[in-house]
Amino acid sequence: MSKTEWDPSQPILEITNLSISFFTRLREIPAVMDFSCTVMAGEAMGLVGESGCGKSTVALAVMRDLGKNGKIVAGTIKFKGRDLTTMGEEELRQLRGSEIAMIYQEPMASLNPAMTVGAQLAEVPMIHEGMSKTDAWALARQIVADVRLPDPDRIVNAYPHQLSGGQQQRIVIAMALMSKPALLILDEPTTALDVTVEAGIVDLVKDLGKKYGTSMLFISHNLGLVLDVCNRLCVMYSGEAVETGNVAEVFDKMRHPYTQALFRSIPLPTADKNSRPLVAIPGNFPLPHERPKGCNFGPRCDYFEAGRCDAGPVPMGDTGGDRHASRCVKFAEIDWNAPLAAVKTTERTPVGEVVLKMEDLRKYYEVSGGSLFGGGAQKVVKANETLSFEAREGETLAIVGESGCGKSTFAKVLMGLETATSGKIFLYNQDIQDTPIEKRAVDTVSSVQMVFQNPFDTLNPSMTVGRQIIRALEIFGEGNSDEERRNRMLELMDLVKLPREFADRMPRQLSGGQKQRVGIARAFAGGAKIVVADEPVSALDVSVQAAVTDLLMEIQRKNRTTLLFISHDLSIVRYLADRVMVMYLGHVVELGTTDQVFSPPYHPYTEALLSAVPIADTRVIKKRIVLEGDIPSAMNPPPGCPFQTRCRWKDQVPNGLCDREVPPVKHLATGHQIKCHLSDDILTEMEPVITIAAE
Amino acid sequence: MAMFLIRRFGIMLLTALCLTFIVFFLTNLTPNLEKLARSEGSVRMSDAQVASWLENNGYAQPLIVRYGQWLGAMPGWTKEIDGETTGRCITAAMPAADAPRFCGVLQGNWGQSTVFKRPVSEILGRALGATGWLMLWVMIIMVPSALTLGVLAGMREGSRTDRVLSTVAIATTATPEYVSGVILIVVLASATAGISPILADWGWIEGRTLFQGTATSAMDEITFWNFGLPVITVALYGMGYIARMTRASMTEVMTAQYIRTARLKGVSFRQVVIRHALRNALIAPFTVIMLQFPWLLNGVVIVETLFNYKGFGWTLVQGAGNNDIELLLSCSVVAVVVVLVTQLISDIGYAFLNPRIRIS
Repeated sequence: MSKTEWDPSQPILEITNLSISFFTRLREIPAVMDFSCTVMAGEAMGLVGESGCGKSTVALAVMRDLGKNGKIVAGTIKFKGRDLTTMGEEELRQLRGSEIAMIYQEPMASLNPAMTVGAQLAEVPMIHEGMSKTDAWALARQIVADVRLPDPDRIVNAYPHQLSGGQQQRIVIAMALMSKPALLILDEPTTALDVTVEAGIVDLVKDLGKKYGTSMLFISHNLGLVLDVCNRLCVMYSGEAVETGNVAEVFDKMRHPYTQALFRSIPLPTADKNSRPLVAIPGNFPLPHERPKGCNFGPRCDYFEAGRCDAGPVPMGDTGGDRHASRCVKFAEIDWNAPLAAVKTTERTPVGEVVLKMEDLRKYYEVSGGSLFGGGAQKVVKANETLSFEAREGETLAIVGESGCGKSTFAKVLMGLETATSGKIFLYNQDIQDTPIEKRAVDTVSSVQMVFQNPFDTLNPSMTVGRQIIRALEIFGEGNSDEERRNRMLELMDLVKLPREFADRMPRQLSGGQKQRVGIARAFAGGAKIVVADEPVSALDVSVQAAVTDLLMEIQRKNRTTLLFISHDLSIVRYLADRVMVMYLGHVVELGTTDQVFSPPYHPYTEALLSAVPIADTRVIKKRIVLEGDIPSAMNPPPGCPFQTRCRWKDQVPNGLCDREVPPVKHLATGHQIKCHLSDDILTEMEPVITIAAE
Repeated sequence: MAMFLIRRFGIMLLTALCLTFIVFFLTNLTPNLEKLARSEGSVRMSDAQVASWLENNGYAQPLIVRYGQWLGAMPGWTKEIDGETTGRCITAAMPAADAPRFCGVLQGNWGQSTVFKRPVSEILGRALGATGWLMLWVMIIMVPSALTLGVLAGMREGSRTDRVLSTVAIATTATPEYVSGVILIVVLASATAGISPILADWGWIEGRTLFQGTATSAMDEITFWNFGLPVITVALYGMGYIARMTRASMTEVMTAQYIRTARLKGVSFRQVVIRHALRNALIAPFTVIMLQFPWLLNGVVIVETLFNYKGFGWTLVQGAGNNDIELLLSCSVVAVVVVLVTQLISDIGYAFLNPRIRIS
């Protein structure tokens, strides 16, 4: 089947004034309004915005796969000069997969669980090019090798569930590349993956883009990734494109207040919780049927001017840069270089005495052979190995690591949901490692509390918010009467900055950020001394993250709480943590103050982790270190140093020591320790991964 | 795999033992035994005579001992009355001298039916053969039509096809066999009512009715004419249920992300359904189909009685109606085995359909 003929100097994809609505029984919900963008050959266009802003809808509209309720109500989508909006089903089918391909957010869900990888890959050329089965499988094998998967012969015959998340995503990418499409749509391709795996995938996508000259539409909420991958960028807010232009230009010379606010709310390396705190965007994202008149961002904008901004629809205006446009009536008047006014700076909180101490904590799980029907040999998963540290009053200790590193197990043991295999946990000199939570005293339970990752699942959906907080107060034995507890609950609502009338609402009536505030209020109900925050903001949108982080910091300052902040996001850790503990496969590989951990000498894993984090700042120069392979399974860890299979410094250690022995803990400076065999000379010669070019 | 099978068989045996013991206990309650004594001996026996009859025929032993003897795990009882030896294993054809010590189910001795005056094994063998044919045809009709119905309804949720097919499925599964069977007889197998007279007038059918209202002749030779109605009656009921299950599973699969992936790869709708959705959609109904076997036994009881087809269900009804303890016990053993074996097949088949589950 021949591909569409087209003049390469013309845009590959040209979307003009596109409007998409979803139709429900009640009303028409406009999802995207007046959206225009152009993607030239070989260009990578980033679509950035918070969840619900319509960026995925645009992608699906290009694929013409909006479902039964979605309709394109105005505008055109031209692909190589052909209008997709008027195309018939059969014509579309020939374009899909052959000239436009898509890569999805969740690789596991996007692959057919009952078909082998090879069969799913080979299908593409068999449909579009009428290739024979043998040729198609040979091509599949070659493309699998192209996406840098080891052992392609085994992988083409494997089922998706036999591969790791990163490998699955490479298969989805391979599937998209099977017929060398002209346009690749990537819908949050790395959101479900770990940072080091993400770095590998991003590298691959960039290389393949260059190799095949594919244009890309890259959808992401992560500005750092967009800077890394794209040439051009389109910022979306509430169904509209608000700013579009060259990536560097939008990052450095933004001309829309929303873009500016977005950049001020993400933790860049220059931000600091005391001297330069993040600025959260006030208010909430408007619901699609409650959008304000005029500028959608108006109610949350610092530059809002009644009468002008809310007068009527705002058109895109050219700012005079490189195809740089902004949807703001005032972009020409605003002084974009003005420093941030009235930054609230705070004193660094002094840390107090040790409240929590762990000594040689180990947690092993015994699992059976891993089959549904039992049987097989017992295996031991070493989830935590010789964990030792202490945390002081009023301190924020961040625990960093990728999935499977044992950070959640550690939290479970501390909370008493599991008991330790060996070692000690001292809470105010009282050892609690062997006491499960049912047997702990009420005040122990109320003093160690947790804020969970996913606020959507951790609130009881059939109980009002206020009732849930009161329930926590009852359990912790706070207050003597219902009246007293109700008042205390209202105080807690004030503490987490939720309006008091929210107490009578159901969790489903709250947004994600508001739910997380309820989770925080519940955790602090019994006057918690230690709060374990397990990825408290990773499920939230960027602009909400800043507000929730801020809230946590503020409560901590007020109550002098010890915060154990579990996260995989190094940017936010750098911003708020006092000390950082880096974990890999159950081992603490590095522990020190934030400055010590974020500057050399590093543990090789910390180095790779730092390099993998995308940073949304054009001035940052990063050393690129991409880790090969996946994290080994905790069920079958490598002998010797846990990191030796992926370490780039391994050959600097003589006698293959890394293969044989677990490295001892090495103390570098006061309070800074790493678990590595590298000699002091090599460690001191390490270069910083991140440098910020002079302004 | 071998390990798994051995363990499963062990559990199955244990379950079978427990279940048969329960049935044994229930059928061997004292009133049943007294009734048995009166029907076997004489209706006019006095209570003392009943007691001695039970004593002489081994029914006075403890329940657990009798269960062991029935099972063949304990030696059968023997007794000398007036110099003549009687016992569990001693019959007219088997004199006391040659009689084996054990004679229970394990030895293949299923006892003697008091209703039919013949060995239970012989009756049951014939009945199971007959029911086997019925089940086979029911499955041949029911499974493909139910799956087709379910898949067609589920592939476009909410469409007109979906609503029509779903209505049909709900209607058939909401109609019990004793209702649908009677209706079908009236409509299709009556020489005076329904459509048979019309078809006969037009000369479309040779006989007087489209189907025969009784399936007794099917015991000797199965034809469309005599076997159609019982098969349709049982199949209709199960079909609706399986079709609903298939539809639910199909609609779920059709909204899965990998179906979107396939669609956006340019796979045509037909191929999306056949290559990508079907196998995933059949995983859930497979267990349901396997569970239908025991359910079919249920339906078979009604249908065989209704159509006078002397299969397993008819025999069970006869056994229960006439206090035929040995026959009832054997029927229950068969039922238990059928349930357990279909469960096993269902588990193994599930693992083959779903590559995420592997038996080690």
